[in-house]
Amino acid sequence: MTATAPPPTEPERATRAGHKAQASDRAHAEARLGQRLVAPAIILMLVVTAFPMLRALYLSLFSYSLTSPDDREFIWFDNYAVALSDGLFWKDTAVTVLYMLVTVAIELVIGFVFALVMHRVIFARGVIRTSILIPYGIITVVSGFAWQFAFTANNGFVNSWLPFVDAGFNWFGETTPAIVAICVSEIWKTTPFMSLLLLAGLAQVSEDMIEAAKVDGATWWQRLWRVILPNMRAAIMVAVLFRALDAYRIFDNIFVMTAGAVDTESISFLTYRQTIEQFQLGIGSALSVLLFLSVLAIAALIVKLFRVDLAAARQEG
Amino acid sequence: MASKLNLRSLGTALGCLLILAWCLLPVVWIVSLSFKSQIAITNGSPGFFPADGDGAGWQNYKDVWDNDQFRRAIFNSIGISLIATVLSVMIATLAAYAIARLEFTGKKLVLTMALVIAMFPVVSLVGPLFDMWRTLHLYDTWPGLIIPYMSFTLPLAIWTLSAFFREIPWEMEQAAQVDGATSWQAFRRVIVPLAAPGVFTAAILTFFFAWNDFVFGISLTSTEAARPIPASLSFFVGADPFNRPASLLAAGAVISTIPIIVIVLIFQRKIVAGLTSGAVKG
Repeated sequence: MTATAPPPTEPERATRAGHKAQASDRAHAEARLGQRLVAPAIILMLVVTAFPMLRALYLSLFSYSLTSPDDREFIWFDNYAVALSDGLFWKDTAVTVLYMLVTVAIELVIGFVFALVMHRVIFARGVIRTSILIPYGIITVVSGFAWQFAFTANNGFVNSWLPFVDAGFNWFGETTPAIVAICVSEIWKTTPFMSLLLLAGLAQVSEDMIEAAKVDGATWWQRLWRVILPNMRAAIMVAVLFRALDAYRIFDNIFVMTAGAVDTESISFLTYRQTIEQFQLGIGSALSVLLFLSVLAIAALIVKLFRVDLAAARQEG
Repeated sequence: MASKLNLRSLGTALGCLLILAWCLLPVVWIVSLSFKSQIAITNGSPGFFPADGDGAGWQNYKDVWDNDQFRRAIFNSIGISLIATVLSVMIATLAAYAIARLEFTGKKLVLTMALVIAMFPVVSLVGPLFDMWRTLHLYDTWPGLIIPYMSFTLPLAIWTLSAFFREIPWEMEQAAQVDGATSWQAFRRVIVPLAAPGVFTAAILTFFFAWNDFVFGISLTSTEAARPIPASLSFFVGADPFNRPASLLAAGAVISTIPIIVIVLIFQRKIVAGLTSGAVKG
């Protein structure tokens, strides 16, 4: 299917109109109507994103704190210099990349297994789908609380369920276990989204091709790697792109589970702390711009690296 | 061959159990936690289910519900999410109709812009928005949250709806008119029933986003005048800030999850269709 809008009506109208001039008049009117219909959406999206982003760009050049707004001073790129030369910025970036890599990799594997199961299951399809939507719909803050309490020593169950963990072990006392706990909550909540995207991709792989490979004697493992996965490449890449960018913005779970303690802070959390908690709008805006640029860079990297064709994924021309 | 087949269906059955356990275990856990008494939590009561004598009955739910801040937060969340959903879906329907049906310059721009916004790091906006909203007196008000929710749900709504609208056989509108229906009748009886499922799906996904939001909720509010549920839960420390009232929080969490579960139970088929249509299917 292509996007060239209404294929049946367009030629009809043209022939009915007869004259070429009239047809182009019509096209003109259609274009105007189209632009009018999308205008409210565009304006709204610009007001809340483009405008504040430009404002952040502007404010990032000032030394500006809400606690002393009169001392605002133009300082060129000093805020960027401060942020980029601070070890904290790079440490938080590294932690954020770690969150992103760990969660996306694990979600991809588990999500694919879930998609395979859902693709094959015949009975109880509704039950499985309903339950997989619960983690997707649940508030991230609630997921964070549920897992935080599950991991605490005096009221949780995780320590007693894991044989290799001491009953009094404090998961939130050190960096690595705290990051593990945060990742568990994040993975639990977002794997369903991944698996539904992969399920849709799986449904598009032709059964005939799999059958043909089977007849030719390919094992299950070969069929998976040589037939199924290459044919759902577009779906996998879209899922990875969406989830990776989402994971890079991780904030809610960290806020609830550790509040950034024991070096679990992400770059989003650092930005939030500077702007909202400490009212440092100058440096906070510089961090906002850097965060935005790094998300753009990651998106560009994934699109380039895996040659994701979003238009093709949407099956547009 | 038969044994191989059995092995396969056994694998599928095991997979199903795994999925069910994955999805429901934390939910059962938070429900179970909400029935532990607050004294038991203070003294420490490890274990999945409340131990003997640690149960609290409905006490935690009563306490949470008697808390004015919590009730107010529920009210804020429902009001803000519903208004944002209705407005966002209306604006997205106009845009999606234009994208699916009309030829005009700038169509690619709209879709690209929607995509960029869908990937936008929300936190990088809260600083400037915080500043702007205070100047415009939108800080800590309902519209102050409704506006960002609308703009951030528009991309998803536009993508989902335009994918749905493209599948609608629009010729049927003319066919109905040929059969003697007026344009209004043709629209009302033919197009609306065909488009309704898509609009509905977009509305559900939009509502989920607004209900779930945390970053705007904590950054753009300061009092209970507009603070939504997730923000309220995170600030809810009870009488003793050094000892989080876990079971009370759990009860609040369960209450805030009920609307989601009800929506999921009623509309699961539509949600799955909507989630995948925008991203993978044309």
